[in-house]
Amino acid sequence: MITRHLNRTIRALALCSMVVLAASPGSGVAQDIAVDRARNEISIVMTEEPQWLNTVRATDAVSFIVLDHITEGLMSYDQQNRLTGGVAERWELTDTRATFWLRRDARWSDGKPVTAHDFVFAWQQVADPRNAAEYSFFMRAFTNGEQITQGKLDPTLLGVRALDDYTLEADLTQPTAYFLELVTFISFRPVREDFYRAQGQAYAADVQNMISNGPFTLTKWVHGAELRMEKNPHYWNRDAIHLSAINVPYITSDANARMNLYMDNKIVMATGLDSSATKTAMYNRQKMLSFSDGTVFFIEFNHRPDRLTRNLNLRRAMQAVFDAAELTYKVIGLPGNIPGVSLFPVWLDGTEKKLSEEFPPPVVEIDADKAREYLELARQELGIDEFPPLSLLLSDTPSSIKQAEYFQNVMARELGLQVILDRQIFKQRLAKMTAGDFDMVAAGWGPDYNDPMTFADLFASWNLNNRGRYVSEVYDNHVKRAQSTTNTRIRNRAFGDLAQVIHDDVVILPQYERGYIYVQDARVDGVRRRRFGGDPNYNYAFIKPES
Amino acid sequence: MISYIAKRLLSGLVTVWFIATATFLGMHAVPGDPLLNDKAVTPEVRASLEAAYGLDKPLPQQYVIYLSNMLQGDFGISFTQKNRRVNDIIRDHFPVSAMLGLLALTIAALGGITWGAITALYRDRLPDVLIMLLVVFAVSVPSFVFAALGQLVVLKFNQLIGHSVIPVAGWGTFKHMLMPSLVLGLGTMAYLTRLMRSSMLEVADTDYIRTARAKGLSAPRIFFKHQLRNAILPVITVLGPAIAAITTGGFVVELVFAIPGLGRYFVQAVQQLDYTVIMGTTVFYGAFLVFMVIAVDIIYGFVDPRIRVDKVGA
Amino acid sequence: MNDTYDPVSGDFEPLLTVTDGEQIDRPSLSYWQDVWLRLKSNTRALASLYMVLALVTFTLAGPLIWSVDPSKQDLEQISQGPGLGQKAILVPDRLPVPSINSLTQSMAEDRADGSGQRLDLLGEAHTEGLTLSWLAVANADSYTIYRHELEPSSIDDLGLPLAQVGPGQLSYHDSLSLEATTYYYSVMPIVAGQPQGYASQRVEVVQAIALSEARYRGLVPEGDDASLLGSTIRLEAHPLGTDSLGRDMLARLMWGARTSLFIGIIAPLFFVGFGLVYGGFAGYVGGKTDNALMRFADFVIALPFLLFMILFKIAFGIGPGESGIGPMLVALVLLSWPATARLVRGQVLQIREEAYVAAARMMGGGANYLVMRHMLPNVMGVLLVSLTFAIPSAIFTEAFLSFIGMGVVPPTPSWGSMCNDGIRTMLSHPHELIFPALFISATVLAFNLLGDGLRDAMDSRLRSDS
Repeated sequence: MITRHLNRTIRALALCSMVVLAASPGSGVAQDIAVDRARNEISIVMTEEPQWLNTVRATDAVSFIVLDHITEGLMSYDQQNRLTGGVAERWELTDTRATFWLRRDARWSDGKPVTAHDFVFAWQQVADPRNAAEYSFFMRAFTNGEQITQGKLDPTLLGVRALDDYTLEADLTQPTAYFLELVTFISFRPVREDFYRAQGQAYAADVQNMISNGPFTLTKWVHGAELRMEKNPHYWNRDAIHLSAINVPYITSDANARMNLYMDNKIVMATGLDSSATKTAMYNRQKMLSFSDGTVFFIEFNHRPDRLTRNLNLRRAMQAVFDAAELTYKVIGLPGNIPGVSLFPVWLDGTEKKLSEEFPPPVVEIDADKAREYLELARQELGIDEFPPLSLLLSDTPSSIKQAEYFQNVMARELGLQVILDRQIFKQRLAKMTAGDFDMVAAGWGPDYNDPMTFADLFASWNLNNRGRYVSEVYDNHVKRAQSTTNTRIRNRAFGDLAQVIHDDVVILPQYERGYIYVQDARVDGVRRRRFGGDPNYNYAFIKPES
Repeated sequence: MISYIAKRLLSGLVTVWFIATATFLGMHAVPGDPLLNDKAVTPEVRASLEAAYGLDKPLPQQYVIYLSNMLQGDFGISFTQKNRRVNDIIRDHFPVSAMLGLLALTIAALGGITWGAITALYRDRLPDVLIMLLVVFAVSVPSFVFAALGQLVVLKFNQLIGHSVIPVAGWGTFKHMLMPSLVLGLGTMAYLTRLMRSSMLEVADTDYIRTARAKGLSAPRIFFKHQLRNAILPVITVLGPAIAAITTGGFVVELVFAIPGLGRYFVQAVQQLDYTVIMGTTVFYGAFLVFMVIAVDIIYGFVDPRIRVDKVGA
Repeated sequence: MNDTYDPVSGDFEPLLTVTDGEQIDRPSLSYWQDVWLRLKSNTRALASLYMVLALVTFTLAGPLIWSVDPSKQDLEQISQGPGLGQKAILVPDRLPVPSINSLTQSMAEDRADGSGQRLDLLGEAHTEGLTLSWLAVANADSYTIYRHELEPSSIDDLGLPLAQVGPGQLSYHDSLSLEATTYYYSVMPIVAGQPQGYASQRVEVVQAIALSEARYRGLVPEGDDASLLGSTIRLEAHPLGTDSLGRDMLARLMWGARTSLFIGIIAPLFFVGFGLVYGGFAGYVGGKTDNALMRFADFVIALPFLLFMILFKIAFGIGPGESGIGPMLVALVLLSWPATARLVRGQVLQIREEAYVAAARMMGGGANYLVMRHMLPNVMGVLLVSLTFAIPSAIFTEAFLSFIGMGVVPPTPSWGSMCNDGIRTMLSHPHELIFPALFISATVLAFNLLGDGLRDAMDSRLRSDS
């Protein structure tokens, strides 16, 4: 009796499971091979789901990767990562004005032409505070931009005009040497007004709510599971695009899982290999490559008046015992990372050579005796008998915890300073950083555009990202000097001076410049690793002919 | 019967309200700010964001809005995927988690019953000892270790064969689900094996088995017809609670095997303090479990004549 | 034959009143003694009891015997496998790094032995660093330096890319997590954007330690630097190896045990205790109060455990320098008590109706007497069993939370967070995962088996043969 009922229950359960199975997304079989020669397609992995593929409001790295394939700005980067025209065919930049002449053959994926109006509309949307675009501050480059982002003026008054369908003119508030680099940024991509308005809140929520003007179009988006980008037949430079499609059949933030997928020939690249994965790659005789993503990491001091870390000699003492090389080579221990020497990373271009070669950053002497002298001075200046514990705010990623534990150890050992760790999840750490609730914070800064200015104004007194509230007239003046001209010599001299100020005032303790080891399928070439915008980029990637 | 069901459903609703309130209060007690991001935003952008999410209103008002929206089945818009509704997230990703959980449970139940029966059959002989050793192993190793090892095993297996037979990660086909659901179900399977074994041995001592033996029934007949069937019952009764453990315990497996389940979204949402997703997921899971338990109780009332439903509620 | 028996009264006498006819000639056993006897006869349970005792000893007495500081970082021996102290040669603190550029190339050419080898080791190779130099290649744009642990087989198999240096630089100093092993270094010149062959060099690296570091750690006697340099000393021993910061695994396991066992034992004690009071009260009082109390317990049971565990963890917040053990305890207690409360209430309701309780009440036993003499001892059994089963699940919860980064805050070690660190280096340094996982497994196993044994011992009807 009982069993008969049970059988019925089991049958019902089985039926349930079939219903669930049918309803589950991704039932369609994912492309499951790294390189599909016959179809001219490749497969890649992403760490997370793109948050919002809306160029006006996107902020996350994964959205940037996708958007860099499916949209194109006025300016772009070529196969060798050199600045080149995108939608713009010609351009002219003066101290007060930028003019762009657009290609007549640039098309949206529905075949309609990309016009200057699309850019004007997009930029107004970014500036409009009602859209709450986090990158709205970029629009302050244009006249009236500041008032518009503050909601004091109507967005239509932004200093950007379409002279005709194919000519765009922008009034700049100050000489902006890097303006052409700046407009490659995602927030400067075009948005077509009629389509945008028709979609309303649903804009870019799904494949059917998007329109693109890039080399690829998004044709499939199973949330959290899978994406597919196909070559855009309307793209003006379609002859330079080789791949028919890029599949993203996997989304996982687990580095081991990504490496396993690569080893199983499911994806063409696994990046960010850790010591375990590099060992696997080495013993499987895989070719490994190295890439610097341009981000610098440092320990930022809190310079607010009520903090002990405001004392210069205390900061000097810590500077004199903190060995970035030991941290990078022994503690982090992964190739690709470079010991940090300055806020300005070594890859930044100077006038003729690298900025770091033209203005070598001041060298920090590791000297424990000297450090203890500084500490004694600090103690006297502060009028305290003993230093209370200092807090170090950090995020909860394993690598940052390891680095913080090392820092804690060094300070205790060399200076007898007690550092207490304050580990917080992402948003809680940000809240504490914003409120100034820390003595030191482990922070990093990645470039938005290819110019030292993307780093230089970080510690200007007016910068909201200056979370330690470092205020220095000297520093501000150097920044203003660099902002007042397009003359690279003057600007680079100012950047060199800034590096000196940061060192002398011990605004930060540079830790390292981040790099990655990655493996890439030998059958694929033309993949670009990039410091700005989305990385990696497969726009110009191709499958090598069989040898 | 109907009044009993009505009563259970009503108390279920009150429980869900309790969960919703606890989640709301817990969420708003969390220090931190969901609207902050890597790059600082201007006060104007912030004000606009606050208004969009209703965070500018006083807390009691937010609570009322939250409850009334929830009554209409609307959990709001995610803070991280700023144009995705939490309802859509649950609709898209819960079936994946449920499928994974169901499969894990099936594997666990089938495996547990089979292994348990075998151990009882070969009591104190080699198969019993071997299986119980494995059970001990499975019970005492954390699931995340299994997940990482499981994936490695699949990879090595594929490399041995020469081409990929079982996917290393991902979701979509039945083959994708094999390893993750096995890993997820392993702990429960071990637990059920133990349960099944003791249940089998207990049944073996009963009078009706002795009678059957005395009647001269064949050993297989006794084993399958009498012992096995009766021993399964207690195992079935623990499946309900096991569903709960499995469906919410899938975070790690989902992460490692790149499965688009709801558990992974929840962990991500916690990192991002995504209020709406956290509240929506918690309330949804809570409600799901509450009504699952009620459903299981009611079904038992039909299935097992020995259980009288009106007593369950007492 | 009529000698029929005729009983005479004198034949019989009344039996003596036996006062000790039913004398108990074995010592009387209380309930607990009986339980103990049965437990003792169960080898599996007994073994697990010894295992628990051993773990407790390991936790409490271990650090007294193995008095290594668990946070001390031995950067010379990072991720070392289990073993005894290694030998290391003493080297000067900051060796001047030889550097060769295109201007000093002639010197390099002198050095070349003419055998066509283009990559050389400059000076000694030890774990504190080594320098390589190579011959310039005409028109090279840059050179890439690689390091391999196997002998390179082709230009695509050169190992780890260490660095790319400009055309002017013809030497490279490597100090990137060097281990005392054999490496194969290669240099690959890039000419006009294309790799132009490569040259390899096998290098044996020996373990070394900087003099000041050795002195700081008390590994060398006082003496003048010159005589010490180059001599061999023995580094600290790490019987179970070190983690990725060179910290002693054994010491960390001991201190981690304190965290994990503390949470694992204290939290269940608290919530079982609270459940006892709550459920006991509800069951004893009964009626509407009972109804209301149990309804609330039902609410709490309905909360999805792991989700709320995470939610509570972040809601409590952890200040700077705090270990996060407190919030985890509170969250565990807040979410776990109702199960015990239900169990105890059920028992109390049952016991309340028992005849002996009624008898005791009729004989004028007060509430205190009833609770202490009858309720508590009878509830104790199930309580103890549920406690032993709660311990492994609490340890698992701690491990799981630490694994997803919601657990205790470093530098406080715990087995869960050690697993979390170890799983990343599972393939390259398996000992960092295996040891903490082993300890978690052993503890969980021991408590599970002990619980089984206790259950069997307390009530033969509740027997579980597994």
